[in-house]
Amino acid sequence: MSTEEPKLKRDYLDVTGGWLHGLREWIDARFPMTKTWKAHVAEYYAPKNFNFWYFFGSIALLILVNQILTGIFLAMNYQPSASLAFASVEYIMRDVNWGWLLRYMHSVGASMFFVVVYLHMFRGVMYGSFKKPRELIWIFGVLIYVALMAEAFMGYLLPWGQMSYWGANVIISLFGAIPGIGNTIETWIKGDFGVSGITLNRFFALHVVAVPLVLIGLVLFHLIALHEVGSNNPDGVEIKQHKDPVTHIPLDGIPFHPYYTIKDITGVIVFVAIFAAIIFFAPGMHGLFLEPANFEPANALKTPSDIHPLWYFGPYYAILRSIPNKGLGALALLVAIVILFFLPWLDRNPVKSIRYRGPLYRWVIVLFAVTFIVLGYIGMQLATLFWAEIGQRLSELYFLFFVAAWVYSKPRSRAFLVSTFVVVMLIISLLDWASWVPSIAHLKLWSWLIPFGYCVIFLLGPAAVPRLMQPKAVPERVRAKRQHETNAGVAAQ
Amino acid sequence: MKHGIIFALLLVLLPLAAQAQDEGVKLQAANVDVSNTASLQRGAKFFVNYCMGCHSAQYVRYNRVGQDLGLSDPQLESYLMFAGGKPTDTMVSAMPQADAIKWFGTAPPDLSLESRIRGPDWIYTYLKSFYLDPHSATGVDNVVFPHVAMPDVLWELQGTQEAVFNTVKNPDGSSYQVFDHFEQLTPGKMTPAEFDKADRDITNFLAYMGDPVAVTSLSLGLRVIGFLVVFFIFAYLLKREIWKKIH
Repeated sequence: MSTEEPKLKRDYLDVTGGWLHGLREWIDARFPMTKTWKAHVAEYYAPKNFNFWYFFGSIALLILVNQILTGIFLAMNYQPSASLAFASVEYIMRDVNWGWLLRYMHSVGASMFFVVVYLHMFRGVMYGSFKKPRELIWIFGVLIYVALMAEAFMGYLLPWGQMSYWGANVIISLFGAIPGIGNTIETWIKGDFGVSGITLNRFFALHVVAVPLVLIGLVLFHLIALHEVGSNNPDGVEIKQHKDPVTHIPLDGIPFHPYYTIKDITGVIVFVAIFAAIIFFAPGMHGLFLEPANFEPANALKTPSDIHPLWYFGPYYAILRSIPNKGLGALALLVAIVILFFLPWLDRNPVKSIRYRGPLYRWVIVLFAVTFIVLGYIGMQLATLFWAEIGQRLSELYFLFFVAAWVYSKPRSRAFLVSTFVVVMLIISLLDWASWVPSIAHLKLWSWLIPFGYCVIFLLGPAAVPRLMQPKAVPERVRAKRQHETNAGVAAQ
Repeated sequence: MKHGIIFALLLVLLPLAAQAQDEGVKLQAANVDVSNTASLQRGAKFFVNYCMGCHSAQYVRYNRVGQDLGLSDPQLESYLMFAGGKPTDTMVSAMPQADAIKWFGTAPPDLSLESRIRGPDWIYTYLKSFYLDPHSATGVDNVVFPHVAMPDVLWELQGTQEAVFNTVKNPDGSSYQVFDHFEQLTPGKMTPAEFDKADRDITNFLAYMGDPVAVTSLSLGLRVIGFLVVFFIFAYLLKREIWKKIH
């Protein structure tokens, strides 16, 4: 491959020659144009074995651009005032040329942003992309995620529908749970004693100026950090450890351009086709992306029968509701998000990729994803006793993932595993005892089996069969796709 | 891995199965078709005749309806705009809100987005579910929307009907009423089949008003996706060509 390298690296900006070449030299003498292009695109060497999961980073960037561009045109026609906001959205939908398309691109874009970011984050968890030396990439990523949540939450108030209004009321009231100064903070955020036109005005300002600036900055930091240390890959091995002695180019690296630009274009086309199908055929996604109640203007005197946030906040809303005490519920929600920052220091297993982790750890990750999805579903259901209970158990599983990630960091003794099991089950049972309600005793005892089963399998399991925790041999260099498949059997032995 | 997928599916589906839904009156399928212009034209006519006395569609313009439903300005003026005004006006009811509140106890809601809030099936079933109730101020009640303030404006077309309820006993001896079926008392100007069609036309028009770009959006969507499919073929071939060198 290295013999063909010069041909691939051909400087096509030179092809035109003449005055364009002169212009390029003129700019390069004053601004690092070619240098930046080379450092971050044409001579940024990415591992050659990226798979399906590696599309979502560039797709997320594309959606950010989509949100900003459509947002600019929406802001030209939107009126951020309590009396005009709802009507101005309908004005955009009906009277502004292509306004409906801009609005649907923006509203579907918001939901798809989360779909893509969740897949992107899951990729990071699967292949250990948050581990040394990529901790800061991960932290910037989680910060992006938090900023995105703030951006989406504030944006959702702007249509000033019933769910905008009451959803904002519920979420802002969470700040009221802070002991002592909670109510003051709540009023400070709203700028009023209730959610009002004043709140709408400031959310508009934050949504269109402040948070997007923060987001763009964080995305830049995320990419700078990534390009400093280089991309991880599905095999979780560092390509920089094997460089060509002469060129110092990683042997398993290929220039981002043209290889990944063209590959990402194919991925982007597939994504845009799905995106377009939703925009044109089901922009509300049957109540999931645009809630029916939000087609009714905000009315402070009429509380909807069920208030819940949009689907992407579902898991956290379920965690919040799983504890019948508002303050503790809000704390659990906060911890559920903040704990993500600490993942690089919880999971310290030197084996990065799920491909070479022990068999049980694969299940820990799969179950984490399933837990998150089911929690999201529960977050959108009416808070019945049954759902509250299942929500509580799955919230426990959500946090148990981080316990498992920590436990699986290195080989553990039988005594360590058994005592961790005892401590975890003791904590869970004590929580049950503290919140014991005789009327749902049956449900409580039955659902206790959920965390119990989880801990038996993932904590007692490896105590009984240590092999279940043992990582496989990690290959020295990345495997090409075909190679990986044929060698999979060998690796398993 | 196969077992894993089954297990994951079970985890997702079990809670779904556990939740048996009981939502009261069963809604009938409206089966609306917003690409059926003739139905929308009839629906628009019913709407201005029977609904707009009290309800507005304040975000909908007459000329937009004309444009989408194939009606010229003179046609709009003679078939849909009884109170005068310009074709560029929005469809606002002549009834003053303050009077409406005085007469009905509540302001009739704007119907521009009713189909997005309740769904066409709800509207369709609601409009045909009025029954005589001597205890009500309007003389009627509705099984889909109990104690509704709205009178049965379509009674002339549908005729009058009474609701037959079944009494269900709770284990503790108390009982409650469950709607079973309607019995026609007096015939209307329309046969039940004709009335269902009219009801469907009105619902269709409300569905159109809730999402006036649905038809445009469908055909545009197909063209956009068609383009993307062609684009993908070329992009993929180029990708394969460039990646040939990578092993």
